[in-house]
Amino acid sequence: MKVPLSWLREYVDLPAVTAHEVADKLTMAGLKLESIASHGHDVKNVVVGEVLEIEELTGFKKPIRHCKVETGEATPREIVCGATNFAAGDRVPVVLPGGVLPGGFEVGARKTYGRMSEGMICSERELGLSDEHAGIMVLPPDTPIGADVVELLGLRDDVIELEITPDIGYALSIRGVAREAAIAFGVAFRDPADASSVGLPTETSPAWSASIADPTACDRFVLREVTGFDPAKPSPLWMRTRLTRAGMRPVSLAVDITNYLMLELGQPLHAFDRAKLSGEIVVRRAVAGERLETLDHVVRELDPDDILITDRSGPISMAGTMGGLDTEISDESTDIVIEAAHFSATGISRESRRHGLVSESSKRFERGVDRELPLVASWRAVQLLAELGGATVQPGVTHAEADVTPPRIAIPSGYPSAVAGVTYSKDTVVARLQQVGCVVVDGDDPAVRKGGVDPTGVVTGGALAAKLAVTGDDMITVTPPSWRPDLTDPNDLAEEVIRLEGYATLPSLLPSAPAGAGLTEGQRLRRRVGRALAEGGYVEVLSYPFISADDFDRMLLPADDARRRAARLANPLSEDEPLMRTTLLPGLLKTLVRNVGRGFTDVALFETGAVYRPREGAPDVAPVLGVERRPTPEELASIEAALPDQPMRVAVVLAGEFERSGWWGGGRQASWADAVQAARLVAAEARLELSVTADQHEPWHPGRCAALYVGDTLVGHAGELHPRAIEAYGLPPRTAAMELELSRLEPAMPGPVDAPAVSSYPVATQDVALIVPDFTPVADVEAALRDGAGELLESIRLFDVYAGEQVGEGNKSLAYTMRFRAPDRTLTVEETTAARDSAVAMAADRLGAHLRSA
Amino acid sequence: MSDYDPVEVTPLHADEVSRMEADAIAAIKAADSLDALKQARLAHAGDRSPIALANREIGALPPAARAEAGKRVGTTRKAINEALAARQAELEAERDARVLVEETVDVSLPWDRRPRGARHPLTTLQEHIADAFVAMGYEVAEGPELEGEWFNFDALNIAKDHPARSDHDTFFVDSTESGMVLRTQTSPVQIRALLQRDLPVYVISPGKTFRTDELDATHTPVFHQTEGLAVDEGLTMAHLKGTLDRFAEVMFGKGITTRFRPNYFPFTEPSAEMDLKCFVCRGASAVPGNPPCRTCKSEGWIEWGGCGMVNPRVLVACGVDPSRYSGFAFGMGIERTLMFRHNAEDMRDMIEGDVRFTLPFGMEI
Repeated sequence: MKVPLSWLREYVDLPAVTAHEVADKLTMAGLKLESIASHGHDVKNVVVGEVLEIEELTGFKKPIRHCKVETGEATPREIVCGATNFAAGDRVPVVLPGGVLPGGFEVGARKTYGRMSEGMICSERELGLSDEHAGIMVLPPDTPIGADVVELLGLRDDVIELEITPDIGYALSIRGVAREAAIAFGVAFRDPADASSVGLPTETSPAWSASIADPTACDRFVLREVTGFDPAKPSPLWMRTRLTRAGMRPVSLAVDITNYLMLELGQPLHAFDRAKLSGEIVVRRAVAGERLETLDHVVRELDPDDILITDRSGPISMAGTMGGLDTEISDESTDIVIEAAHFSATGISRESRRHGLVSESSKRFERGVDRELPLVASWRAVQLLAELGGATVQPGVTHAEADVTPPRIAIPSGYPSAVAGVTYSKDTVVARLQQVGCVVVDGDDPAVRKGGVDPTGVVTGGALAAKLAVTGDDMITVTPPSWRPDLTDPNDLAEEVIRLEGYATLPSLLPSAPAGAGLTEGQRLRRRVGRALAEGGYVEVLSYPFISADDFDRMLLPADDARRRAARLANPLSEDEPLMRTTLLPGLLKTLVRNVGRGFTDVALFETGAVYRPREGAPDVAPVLGVERRPTPEELASIEAALPDQPMRVAVVLAGEFERSGWWGGGRQASWADAVQAARLVAAEARLELSVTADQHEPWHPGRCAALYVGDTLVGHAGELHPRAIEAYGLPPRTAAMELELSRLEPAMPGPVDAPAVSSYPVATQDVALIVPDFTPVADVEAALRDGAGELLESIRLFDVYAGEQVGEGNKSLAYTMRFRAPDRTLTVEETTAARDSAVAMAADRLGAHLRSA
Repeated sequence: MSDYDPVEVTPLHADEVSRMEADAIAAIKAADSLDALKQARLAHAGDRSPIALANREIGALPPAARAEAGKRVGTTRKAINEALAARQAELEAERDARVLVEETVDVSLPWDRRPRGARHPLTTLQEHIADAFVAMGYEVAEGPELEGEWFNFDALNIAKDHPARSDHDTFFVDSTESGMVLRTQTSPVQIRALLQRDLPVYVISPGKTFRTDELDATHTPVFHQTEGLAVDEGLTMAHLKGTLDRFAEVMFGKGITTRFRPNYFPFTEPSAEMDLKCFVCRGASAVPGNPPCRTCKSEGWIEWGGCGMVNPRVLVACGVDPSRYSGFAFGMGIERTLMFRHNAEDMRDMIEGDVRFTLPFGMEI
């Protein structure tokens, strides 16, 4: 909402303060300053001049005039001008040499078109008054020569732009802002909608036959009529200037009057050409199949929920949103019918959204318009049409309305204090509520609003009202004013008191929260995993969870792969990526490609985040429950059943050198083994050991893919990516990746660690080299050795893998160091050898391993 | 004793012994390496050295002379040994110094064989915020990102026709009729916390949120929020102020407080916008004549988040009796916090995953 300060000052006696001071006070009252635009403060040396002589210069591509202009100085000024809309004798605004126009545009004396030009004759746009630039501005003939145009035309003004929150629709008007400003400065407010000061007549005889067919769509409908309007009359400059500065484009006098009053009062108005109306006007909902061509020349298919103004011919206007083209006033309209109504907030909101039509009118209706405004606003409209456009106001008024009982809210007078945590006296509470326009009486007499339209979309009444009711000592009953349909609950009243007393006066107290349990096991695990991977060389990324079906193809996922079953967005940002990720890999791989493209060829990345896995057979719809009570467990379960599983995963991708080359020697390329190791690192943070087995799982290389298990639970995969996946994503060769489901680790996490007993007896070390067939997984060999060695084995470590002639075709040799130690004695050579032999025997038994002879 | 002939034991003569000592000391001094010293030791202190031989002669002396001769030889041997030890120490020190110099390396050589990675600043900032509240007794609550519409809107008193519920702002799953959305705020976690936990509830919920904004320098369709909720008996707006003041101080240092401005949120009433006193200029830049501040754009305050008293309608939807319990809630954007706390100027850097952006943030923020 753009508020010219001069307009505001008409209705509130602001002290001598700057626009910033006004804006700050309004901001602290909840009308937030967006920006301040200053107009005309830089303008100087613009005076009224009279054109004495005009000489038409020839020989130029366009008409050029050389004028003598009397400006009240010693001698007349010579000024060259390109406009032709004025004549000798006209009074015009002249900027003299050394003068400044809006925007700091300095004007001097100079030679142009072969003549001296001492200054400039100005258009309205050049003076910053409007967008009018068709010709120069001609002033009334009685304007005093030499007068300062800045003062004369009110060039100087500040426009405060305020952000109006959706609950306070009344503040989308000068009237509403002035009321807030008056409270903030503690000064008087003059209501521009006050019935007696605008001379509202009391007659009620209908001007036109009209009725409301659906009182849930409209609960007040007012028509007034003028005749003999002069459509050629221009809007006065002051009106055009205010409209322009408030952000609206001047159109024609009749339209400008409706817009001007909407800005001043907050009541949207519509002007019909009386000659184009026929028969009774009815406010009703649309019937399926109805159409209306609106002012913007769009033929709209109407929805049965749309609210319409109709006459005998059918729909003539979409209520509160946009008028119909056929009944629009034109530059020939002389008889005009002004409509002012009170429509359902949700009705207009839906209509506006359904048709993609957001207008100044719909913005106000959907935030709630003062129900008491239509009679006054329409009266002021016809008055202005008469005053400025020479029209005759037809007697009488059409006034259809539905019965409405305004709501009343009862609270203990101490309730605002209880919400704030600071004590306000009852006098303060009552005074503040009265300032916003409430009627406050002692006693407990609440009432639910009845009848009429839904003013704000807020559900009131019924069991909910009873649950929200506050009782206590010294009850007061509050009737909110007609312009505050947002005040429905006890807390709304508390907020009014607290905000007007000032949020700055709230004390700062720490509540005593009960002792918390700290982070959960799972939350701590996630932090440790992130830290471990980062320490291990991986950089965390947070990629968007949006993916494409093409990602599944690039990843070579089979047609029946569960990861292809993904949640689809109804309105994705990009039609290319409408799916929610079922794996973290696509986002990571794209980020890796981006880094490589930016010159970082050695990259290791990780991401921790949710994947979205729709459940098979899940319901299509998550019910949207009511809010008047806690849902039952069954109701809550019905929502959960529809939602996808959203397990937490961690994934890494890596390419290039994982260990760098340098002055110390060569580096080491990232490989499948690093990816598997990353999984072990993660599992170790959960104090779990992974069992790693060969697998074939896309997008991994079928010969370099590990399945990762905790016990019997598959928790993830790791290895080198499939060359075709690498190609599809444009990844560096041999890119490796790991993905693991943290949510599956969490339940398997063991309890607290049992401290080991540390033996101080000497260690006995034995090396063994075993020959096994080369397809034998190393993990199995180690497991056999461990099992066979028994309790004396302290540790085992594979230190060499060899394949070659010496061990025979199809075999490999695995060399282990085994360390033995007893808790209570020094082991004898015999004991150690026996344990080693037993280990080898187990490997031989299980896997056909045999000792490699020295 | 009178037949004792001192001439036959010349080596024990005082002059002779003195000469041996002088020879030995000279040889020791002359030794310029540990090997040379070893030779000198053999020659002058070894079993066959003159002084050792002289020592053997002592037994040949008449008993009366033995003591004096023994004393003389002993003193000399001691002097030689001391000279040896001293020279040994000198030469060893010289050798050590030389060897250690030879082994000198350039310790400024880089060792980035396996460079460290880093955690994302949005992650660590969320953890930092959570920790501040955990220290106040809060617990970290979580909820799904793909959420039921009821949790994301209705239960939070966001009316059916609220503009935020349109597909212009909210991502819907399957269709706008599915009742499933990508949560537009972390507030649905409030609802889950109130439904699942016993009262009183003090929770902080960091997490990912979604709105249909195109990515640019200051908008991203996927962003992060952290939201707090306290529901207890007797909680007031003063408690909300105290909590956020404490939080501001923990995050930005002593004396940094918050300011409330009235605002509107459906799920809180009264509602406020929360501003943070600028932690760089401490408000000074807002005074005309003072140097400008780029962190707060010379406003003295930084818009940080929204807050308010939990709307009793929200409590009713969760089955909490508003006549007994009240609560407060607050929330702030993590991207925005990162921007002003760390001078990050472009949100795209936070989501593009360029390692150059993330690496400097390390493990904690």
